[in-house]
Amino acid sequence: MLDNLSLFFQYPPLAADVILNGLLIGAIFALAAYGMALVWGVLNIVNVVQGELVVLGGYVTFLAVQAGLPPLLGLPLSAAVMFCLGWLIYRAIVFRVVDKDIFISILATFGLSILFQQLANAMFGSDVRTVDAGLGSLHLLDGTVTLAYVKLLAFVLALGAGGALWLFLRHARLGQAIRATAQNPRAARILGIDTNRVYAMTYALNGALCGAAGSLAVMAWTIHPYIGLPYTVRSFMVVVVAGVGNVAGVVAAGLGLGALENVAGFVFGVEFQIAFVFALMVVILVWRNAMAARKRSYLE
Amino acid sequence: MSRATFPRLSDWHIAAVLALFGLAGPFLLPTLATQIAFLWLMVVFALTWDMLGGRMGYNSFGNIVFFGIGCYAAAVIQRDAGLPYFEGLALGLVAGAVLSVLAAIVFGAAMLGIRGHYFAIGTLGLGIAAGEIAAGWDYVGAGSGMALPLYPGELGERELFFCYSLFALAACCFLLFRWIYSTRFGLALNAIRDDQDKADAMGLRTTPIKIVAWSLSAFFLGISGGLAANMIGFIDPRDVAFAGATYGVWMVLMTILGGKGTLWGPVLGAFIFHVTQELFWTWLLGWQRVALGLLIVLIVVFFPQGIMGWLAERRARTAS
Repeated sequence: MLDNLSLFFQYPPLAADVILNGLLIGAIFALAAYGMALVWGVLNIVNVVQGELVVLGGYVTFLAVQAGLPPLLGLPLSAAVMFCLGWLIYRAIVFRVVDKDIFISILATFGLSILFQQLANAMFGSDVRTVDAGLGSLHLLDGTVTLAYVKLLAFVLALGAGGALWLFLRHARLGQAIRATAQNPRAARILGIDTNRVYAMTYALNGALCGAAGSLAVMAWTIHPYIGLPYTVRSFMVVVVAGVGNVAGVVAAGLGLGALENVAGFVFGVEFQIAFVFALMVVILVWRNAMAARKRSYLE
Repeated sequence: MSRATFPRLSDWHIAAVLALFGLAGPFLLPTLATQIAFLWLMVVFALTWDMLGGRMGYNSFGNIVFFGIGCYAAAVIQRDAGLPYFEGLALGLVAGAVLSVLAAIVFGAAMLGIRGHYFAIGTLGLGIAAGEIAAGWDYVGAGSGMALPLYPGELGERELFFCYSLFALAACCFLLFRWIYSTRFGLALNAIRDDQDKADAMGLRTTPIKIVAWSLSAFFLGISGGLAANMIGFIDPRDVAFAGATYGVWMVLMTILGGKGTLWGPVLGAFIFHVTQELFWTWLLGWQRVALGLLIVLIVVFFPQGIMGWLAERRARTAS
């Protein structure tokens, strides 16, 4: 472990490779985290099924490529399919728990997460899947830094999606309705906003964001049925750090998490990378709570 | 509490039937001894989860951590201490209980100030992080897990031994918790659940109370971990010790199914869940975990009050 750490500092190009690749992967985390922030802010639900939506989005692209479609077409396809699935999930389950106790919504989405995880395992097998986007890689510094073009594409797309989301929430009619509902659902209803429809569209939009993230994840990285929960926890962590309703903060925190995680995976070994993600979340919560306790408040 | 709605007598009837079943069951149904032992393990799971989730309103998804610590403590002691089987087991159980309680104090001091969403997701992270760390740690066998020493007696005796041990543990847990819920401490737990800020303002020292409650849960989970590990004979970091996707979820599901925050709810939930699982699970042919996810969603969305809660509601409706 210490050997890896000293190697990391003694050989800057290697460090640059690890950090840059982490930053690019972090863009995918940011994309999934937008959705979580949206659902959290508007429906006041921590969507534990988030990571499974990402994984299912990845499988949509994987199946599309198996069926002979070009990989890049998988991205809009995943987003569209997951938009519909998100709407269905809202209609079937989530709308029944929106105004209930938070524990019920967490447990219901947790149950959904187990359901989708096991369905994915039963339908697609537990193999690790990846899709070759066929874009090649960019080599810098005599080949010590290797950046796959698909990761760069993911980075640009995630930033673009963040900007588009910001514009949408700011200027589009539905976006304004979403923000109004987030601020005060009762007042929004009085002013004629169909909040139930706003909730459904918000959840469906979250599905589309997750689908896009999953599609990029399967091209830039790998997916398997059990990788969903780490994505949920990453999104959660990013939103906790950035705050609900802070698109720029989500981008920054997502990229930072990606870089940190890649460095940790390099230093501690890849087998501890997931442990690092979960432990980091616990540490962040404890730290945030300790900070809040100084002002005699608490995390809720 | 809904306990008051049940006459004392029926409480004792249920307890007597359960005690009779616990004592005579393994003899009458020797082939089912392992299943009965697992049943008592499930009862311990549900009771310890209910202490926080039902009584105190802290929904922990990470209680499996203490079970896992108990498993590994027993396994390491039995491997390294060089004692005969039963001495090693006893020492392992003590070590498991002590380590679990210490872990509960440390994690509790750090995390029990966190509330709501954050506590639930934080403890979920705790459970999975523990499993991942155990799966990468060579001292405890890393991903390939650990095998426990063989029980020295005959084959049938082994099942009976663990069956009675777990029955004793479940009975102790139930009786102790029943007594605790009747004391001021139990009322303090309910006060924390109902309104923690008011409880604070009334002068309850909420943080120590919460830590003690979690430590009590951890104590029983730690011992149950050591016993279960020996009964199964093998611990896998993700599928036995820190099995968040099975045991960790079952704890919550059984308690909610039975009715959280009630005396008999967790026991009832554990019985119903375990018996259903033993009877029907094999028919599902590999779709068990899919069914589990569906079951959680259905129970939580359509039946969140649980059986005891439903009975209490019905009783209230017929009374009025």
